[in-house]
Amino acid sequence: MIKYLLQKEFLQIRRNSFMPKIIFIFPIMVMCVMPWVMNQEVKNIRVDVVDMDRTTQSQQLVHQIEASNYFIFDGQKATYQDAMKDIETSQVDIILEIRDGQFLIAANSVNGTKGSIGSAYLSQIVTANVIPTVSAIQSKVNTLLLYNKGQNYKVFMIPALMGILMMMLCGFLPALNIVGEKEKGTIEQINVTPVSKWLFILAKLIPYWIIGLVVLTLCLVLSWLVYGITCQGPLWLVYLLAILIALFFSSFGLIVSNYSNTMQQAMLVMWFFVVCLMLLSGLFTPVRSMPHWAYLTTYINPMHYFADAIRTVFVRGGTFQAISHQVLALAIIASFMGVWAVQSYKKNS
Amino acid sequence: MKQFISFVIKETKHILRDKRTMLILFGMPIVLMLLFGFAITNDVKNVRTVVVTSQMDHATQQAIDRLAASEYFTITTTVPTPKEAERLIRSQKADLAVVFGQDFASKHSGVQLIVDGSDPNMAQQWTLYAQQTITSARSDMPLGSAKNSQLSALNTKLLYNPQMKSAYNFVPAIMGMLLLLICAMMTSVSIVREKERGTMEVLLVSPVRPLMIIVAKVVPYLLLALLILVVILLMSATVLDVPLQGSVGWILAVSLIYILLALSLGLLISNIAQTQFVALLVSAMVLLLPTVMLSGMLFPVESMPTVLQWISAIIPPRYYIQAMRKLMIMGVGIQEVWHEVAVLIGMTVLLLVVSLKKFKTRL
Repeated sequence: MIKYLLQKEFLQIRRNSFMPKIIFIFPIMVMCVMPWVMNQEVKNIRVDVVDMDRTTQSQQLVHQIEASNYFIFDGQKATYQDAMKDIETSQVDIILEIRDGQFLIAANSVNGTKGSIGSAYLSQIVTANVIPTVSAIQSKVNTLLLYNKGQNYKVFMIPALMGILMMMLCGFLPALNIVGEKEKGTIEQINVTPVSKWLFILAKLIPYWIIGLVVLTLCLVLSWLVYGITCQGPLWLVYLLAILIALFFSSFGLIVSNYSNTMQQAMLVMWFFVVCLMLLSGLFTPVRSMPHWAYLTTYINPMHYFADAIRTVFVRGGTFQAISHQVLALAIIASFMGVWAVQSYKKNS
Repeated sequence: MKQFISFVIKETKHILRDKRTMLILFGMPIVLMLLFGFAITNDVKNVRTVVVTSQMDHATQQAIDRLAASEYFTITTTVPTPKEAERLIRSQKADLAVVFGQDFASKHSGVQLIVDGSDPNMAQQWTLYAQQTITSARSDMPLGSAKNSQLSALNTKLLYNPQMKSAYNFVPAIMGMLLLLICAMMTSVSIVREKERGTMEVLLVSPVRPLMIIVAKVVPYLLLALLILVVILLMSATVLDVPLQGSVGWILAVSLIYILLALSLGLLISNIAQTQFVALLVSAMVLLLPTVMLSGMLFPVESMPTVLQWISAIIPPRYYIQAMRKLMIMGVGIQEVWHEVAVLIGMTVLLLVVSLKKFKTRL
């Protein structure tokens, strides 16, 4: 029986003019455009220098700033007020004022990350220039960057994008599909057949799981072809994690669709929860910087476990042992949601 | 005029009677503000640090104490070999390892930081902070060759946002996104809904001029947008402690221009779309996605490739967000934002003309 149900689902997807497009064009677009956009790299910081001293040392400093690849030297300004004008119109990001051997770094830190990283680098350059011994000491503290040696933001973002895609394909689409059947009234016809609810739900979800895994493969190939980024750890772990997160999101979508009557409702509720899950998961910002109450929510946030684990495998090259804890947590959350989803589905309307 | 007012009342009731939409309309701004204000931060805090040392002597202990005392680092454990530390980092039990060499105490050298580089930005910040903490620990030691005097010659001032809170950056961005979402998406959907249900025909044969019908549809959303704007501003000032540095009058004035722009966008979408689904999709795909991705809301425009920077130049929220950051956070006068305001006005006029030209009085 499941064979025919699956056939029906696939036909339904294929005959829809819109679905095949979203299933294939959307992931390709996401993989080819998003990694370029989702880039919080701090570079091209524009600097104004207000040099009152005009000594050889300060000239040297200006040259060093010009040579550094973090900074774009915008120009010399006569007074601090002139330079402030540039900051106010956002033409420059940092001012360096040199007066009587004193240095003042004023950074526009409306964007906190940019302000702090920029001013820290500039102060390193200044310190190294003024007191060479300090730079000697600092250079003795050498740094070994693991895993992402090129400091490439795309390496960090591509695993996150995979998670987002799985969420879209295995969460949103089945939910909309089931609510769509409700809205059109065709779910009535299924409800009066001898098909059990387990079978019906499975038949609804399996096509999207298959699509999700195909798209995941597509993502892996694209990230290799377009960006030259490959998975560092064993590939089967990536698939395992993807299956677990797909399981979670499709159960979640099912629960939402069980409790809503129209597509618009389902869409809004899903969107709301998904945004919260994503923003609090550590996909974009480190979870440990969050306040304690927000950090506590990550214990029940499957996206957090997924983000941690997929980065461990994909970027850090971890093995199963390294992520066993996350896999276990994901499995527990996913099965809990799965049971809830099936329980809340009622064949009588 | 009376007809017009009764139309406005009709529209207002449309909105007020839809509970779920109301909930989303007011719930969304509040939740987004709280999330972005409190939870989404890039601060360096609680970095799990592993100490790698073969023997613990006085000098190492001092450096470790320095690290532990700072609010940035939490020392989780001490392991004997760097390999062990790497294993901890790989399995996400630590972010940073400080490796002390054998002769750390005698030679003042031989410190290595092993950093989890998977998030480049955070890796950079962790390294900088750790370096500063360790070097300052060193220079305090009696044998240290570097004097702390360099620090007094160098002053760093973080303008506008000394605590480096991310809310300062995000509040203008959320305003840009929400106002666009409410004005453009909601208006277009509400006009298209009338079309889809066939009630537009009824409205068009009523004695009210067609243009008035549209204006009446827009007015409640305009008021709603202003209300939400006020809610956001109040929340940012009271709950998030993001001060309103600039003049409130200009902030409201620029926002009003932006709201008008969003409304005319919504009008344009409603002219093109025939069904609610298409209207929703167009506003989500064409408005929301570029707004979040390309407007500089989350990801700085200047880090993008040039082609995407060109595309972002035609995205209205980019100018609004920039103007709001300047007016609200930096507190500059209106003359510093005339460029953004001019672009916004130009776009508004263009969109308004196009959407009114396209407006059909026949179905």
